[in-house]
Amino acid sequence: MTQSAAPTRVPLVDYLRLEPSPHLVAHECTNCGARFFDRRNACAACEGTDFVEAAVASEGTLRTFTIVSFAAPGIPVPFVAGVIDCDGTHVRGNIIGVPPDADHVHTGMRLRLATTSLGPDAEGTEAIGFGFTPIAESNDATDQTTEES
Amino acid sequence: MRATDDIWILGISMTKFGKHPYLDTVDLAAEATLGALRDGGVSMADVGVIAAGCLMGAGLGIGQALQKQVGQTGVPVYNVANACATGATAIRTVVMALKAGEADIGLAVGVEKLAGAGLLAGASRKNDSSTWTPHGRYGAVAPVDGRIGTETMPGVFAQIGMEYGHRYGGTSFELFARISQKNHAHSTLNPLAAYTKEMSLEQIMNDVMIAYPNTRPMCSANCDGAAAAVLVTGERLASLSDDQRRRAVRISASVLTTDPWEPGCQVLPDVNTLTRNAARQAYETAGVGPEDLDLVELHDCFATAELVHYDNLMLCPEGGAVDFFESGAPFRDGSMPVNVSGGLESKGHPIAATGIANVWEVATHLRGEAGDRQIDGARVGLAHVIGLGSACGVHILERAG
Repeated sequence: MTQSAAPTRVPLVDYLRLEPSPHLVAHECTNCGARFFDRRNACAACEGTDFVEAAVASEGTLRTFTIVSFAAPGIPVPFVAGVIDCDGTHVRGNIIGVPPDADHVHTGMRLRLATTSLGPDAEGTEAIGFGFTPIAESNDATDQTTEES
Repeated sequence: MRATDDIWILGISMTKFGKHPYLDTVDLAAEATLGALRDGGVSMADVGVIAAGCLMGAGLGIGQALQKQVGQTGVPVYNVANACATGATAIRTVVMALKAGEADIGLAVGVEKLAGAGLLAGASRKNDSSTWTPHGRYGAVAPVDGRIGTETMPGVFAQIGMEYGHRYGGTSFELFARISQKNHAHSTLNPLAAYTKEMSLEQIMNDVMIAYPNTRPMCSANCDGAAAAVLVTGERLASLSDDQRRRAVRISASVLTTDPWEPGCQVLPDVNTLTRNAARQAYETAGVGPEDLDLVELHDCFATAELVHYDNLMLCPEGGAVDFFESGAPFRDGSMPVNVSGGLESKGHPIAATGIANVWEVATHLRGEAGDRQIDGARVGLAHVIGLGSACGVHILERAG
């Protein structure tokens, strides 16, 4: 009954890898190079069925964003949602570590992957999520874990 | 192609869009259907095929429920669902049946009750479970909406508009708000619109922010409504009365596309490629170009969406949507009036009805029956819808004679 093991960590989604350092991975079609974050039965681009795991660049450029002020109950608002071009792979994520307003967020800004904590579950396992934080415009932008609020 | 090979709109009708607390979806569908039959001078006994949609009641069998109110003749019913393109899909289904020779008169109908529905996607996020256990194709241990971007429609379409600005420049919160201002101004002339109030730029920009840059009046209005169309083959039309032939509207192109693979489409829906593909096919089939259009009803589910579809429908050169709007072209007194009905932002968006209601709007102008908002001398028009997933319907219509 007694658990002596230290609480473990799990990623929010299986395409977030925590080790050796946090990064995203994609299923890459070995035939055409198309990348998918979810598992695919076959490639949507070429119908190939052979995939390898590919690491996604952890830095990128903000292609587009919105500032969500109205969302389902339980989702803290406002928050910034966007699409980040990580060396050609488009990634969906929240923009964090920056005030959620149009004065501080703009397309074309450089961003880096960062992790967030969703907190522990009933068994003490901590879930780790991710977002993207500005590289140049904020000095305290690091990939340190921040609390989800 | 001979005129008798074409498919025509014989009768078409839409209900008032808005709140109908005492009518259910079957009542609304019946009202639109009886209106379309009366408009076309035919009855259910003449209808050989039915395609019907009610997205939120997709398991109900709306087509058969409708038959029980207006005429159970035993003809085949196709209940269709294709997100916001459901109405266009119903028309497309009937067009295909008529072209295939399966029937010579068919009915397409779409209905929805959405008044007061609020956010339609991303609105029902599950609570976190007590343990972080992976689920689904992403192995997610918790709901991701709000944690990995947004799944709300206002947020998704905000990003689609902002991405256009990133690619081509020239967009701003104010620009998107002015697009909405145009459509709300147009709606004042449409008695069937859910909202018919003119709104100032300040009112629109200072209203409740939903997902920047879309404030509430820049979002499509959830409401109740139905629309129905009776279609006929050219051959059958030739046997009908002078008045029926005079008011018939030619469907010069009926196109439905889905989105081909694009690298970014897995994280943000690509509403551009399939719309451009549909438009290209439609122009080719109809033998007309964007410059021939007298009016366009396009899918302004959000103000940010209208901008990108100017470009996708090739109403302007690639990348030129901002200049197109700034030129005044899409205003009702401009060179290419867009959404003179008021668009989804003010006319309303009862989902499955939308793709027939926009055809009704165009057809009504082509018949010269649009009253105060008539676009004078309209001969050719285009109706466009898109449903995420995605499906895009484009219909090009031409006046008879």
